[in-house]
Amino acid sequence: MKQLMLSSAAIAVLATAATSEEVRVYNWSDYIDEALLDKFEAETGIDLIYDVFDSNEVLETKMLAGGSGYDVVVPSGTFLQRQISAGAFQKLDPAKLSNKGNLWDVIEKRTAQYDPDNAYSINYMWGTTGIGADANKVTALLGDDAPLGSLELIFNPDNMAKLAECGVHVLDAPAEMIPAALKYLGEDPDSRDPEVIAKAEAVFTAVRPYIQKFHSSEYINALANGDICVAFGWSGDILQARDRAAEAENGVDIVYNAPSEGALMWFDQMAIPVDAPNPDAAHKFLNFILDAQNMADASNYVYYANGNKASQPLLLEDVIGDPAIYPDAATLENLYTTTPYPAKVQRVVTRLWTKIKSGT
Amino acid sequence: MQRFALIFVPYLWLLALFLVPFLIVFKISLSDVALAIPPYTPTLKDGVGPFIAALDFENFAFLTSDDLYWKAYLSSLRIALFSTLMTLMVGYPIAYGMARAPEEWRPTLMMLVILPFWTSFLIRVYAWMGILSQEGFLNQFLLWSGLISEPLTILNTTTAVYIGIVYTYVPFMILPIYAALERLDGSLIEAAEDLGCSRLKAFWLVTVPLSKNGIIAGSFLVFIPALGEFVIPSLLGGSGTLMIGKVLWEEFFNNRDWPVASAVAVILLLILIVPIILFQRNQQRQAEAEG
Repeated sequence: MKQLMLSSAAIAVLATAATSEEVRVYNWSDYIDEALLDKFEAETGIDLIYDVFDSNEVLETKMLAGGSGYDVVVPSGTFLQRQISAGAFQKLDPAKLSNKGNLWDVIEKRTAQYDPDNAYSINYMWGTTGIGADANKVTALLGDDAPLGSLELIFNPDNMAKLAECGVHVLDAPAEMIPAALKYLGEDPDSRDPEVIAKAEAVFTAVRPYIQKFHSSEYINALANGDICVAFGWSGDILQARDRAAEAENGVDIVYNAPSEGALMWFDQMAIPVDAPNPDAAHKFLNFILDAQNMADASNYVYYANGNKASQPLLLEDVIGDPAIYPDAATLENLYTTTPYPAKVQRVVTRLWTKIKSGT
Repeated sequence: MQRFALIFVPYLWLLALFLVPFLIVFKISLSDVALAIPPYTPTLKDGVGPFIAALDFENFAFLTSDDLYWKAYLSSLRIALFSTLMTLMVGYPIAYGMARAPEEWRPTLMMLVILPFWTSFLIRVYAWMGILSQEGFLNQFLLWSGLISEPLTILNTTTAVYIGIVYTYVPFMILPIYAALERLDGSLIEAAEDLGCSRLKAFWLVTVPLSKNGIIAGSFLVFIPALGEFVIPSLLGGSGTLMIGKVLWEEFFNNRDWPVASAVAVILLLILIVPIILFQRNQQRQAEAEG
């Protein structure tokens, strides 16, 4: 079997050698300005094959199975850390990344907790997990002092009972939702103690009847169309919903707030798999992304903050000037990060999440 | 020699496409989870002796420690069973109608049954999301016709899962039943009626028993994939729809526990294969008794 795989790999290599050079990139869906992909091909003459995924779990399973065939992948911080320990990535060659000096030390310091010395990855984008709300509908139901920027909005059953009428979605991502519930209780959001994690169950059980759906991407459209009035989701996604609603001029006014109790800060990191077919071209792609103008173009398109200091003067005012994307220093202080769960705790978390969602 | 080759080919097929993959999955189910590539241990690189020594049935014991698993198996069995019955009720009349249609129409009717396969399965399931949602075609139509005053919640419920499974698998039910009914000798029904059977009685006593093989084949073709179905419940079902395919996905992707995921898959296979073997043995015995 192995020999068969080797020989088919050899055939693939021969085939690529016969044509032109290729680089295969696997990134999150809706996460780049596609004009950048053409620009990369034009500048380097390398064929870019760009595939997308929508969950860290899918990417991780491909990485751990090995032989994914990708040259560049984009896991989030906690997943990156675990995959580095599994030996899934190769160290970056700084000599091939001439634009590495553009990176922002504030973000590099934080990503170093997942990837010590940032030896295996560069930051692509980062953001927070927080609350998107249709301001008009929510204030109509809860009054003008509705806690739009507080976890009270989604974890207090009194508020949720009223909001159920206009629809609430939350992420189907236990690694994001359980820390939020723990933060609401005043516990350590990054706790690995199964007894502490179990406390999150009561928080969700109290509001479960009022949650219309657990889903990690549908809320963008649902918020923009006015089908729901509250979503707990990723910053850039909610801002995309805001812009879609504004474009449609449907009277839906979406606001995003990182919860005042503290919000989860996450990082999506570009890394090169250990068995990447073309690590050389992968470095060229990373260096291309590290270019200040290119990174600014990407952020201006997807409304996520990036870890590239040099790109900041090139960002649009409604990106760099929006505290929902680039939080001010006080909010930045208030953001927390999480670390990967060990396998045993991961099982407890997954099981708890199934119980919360299905009642079994 | 020729006879040997005839037997050899199907066995080779079975070996390559069933037995080898099964053994790989079975081996992983006896392993332990590890943070490595691949994410389990031991592998054959460790040497044959230590490799065998490290295998155990721990993961199967684990499955009995949590009621999630047997609840999911039971719930999947129930959904698969009911959707097979519903598919039969929908598919049989269609197959019957096709077999009774004038001969020159039959290729066209057959074509109409097969035609949906030309569109991707995933797109057809997505289309059902558009039909069943709160603002979907079905609710729009019912609201317009005045039959309901509030939109029905169908999407994200188990009802939507049933609709999806019946829709997707009905051709697998129609085709074998149609094949059986088409071969049916019409003079047998005439004979039954001449002997005093009502049309309904002739149908029950002659047509149904003679299409038994088609019904059985069709039911297996629907029941087996419906039992492990993942795509339909995850797209159309709600978070309350518990199915073993979804549990398997969570073990594999969320827990990264390939060994437990494999154990779940091995049990699923046993649930499927034991009734099939019993059934086949029964068939063989009947055939021998008749022969």
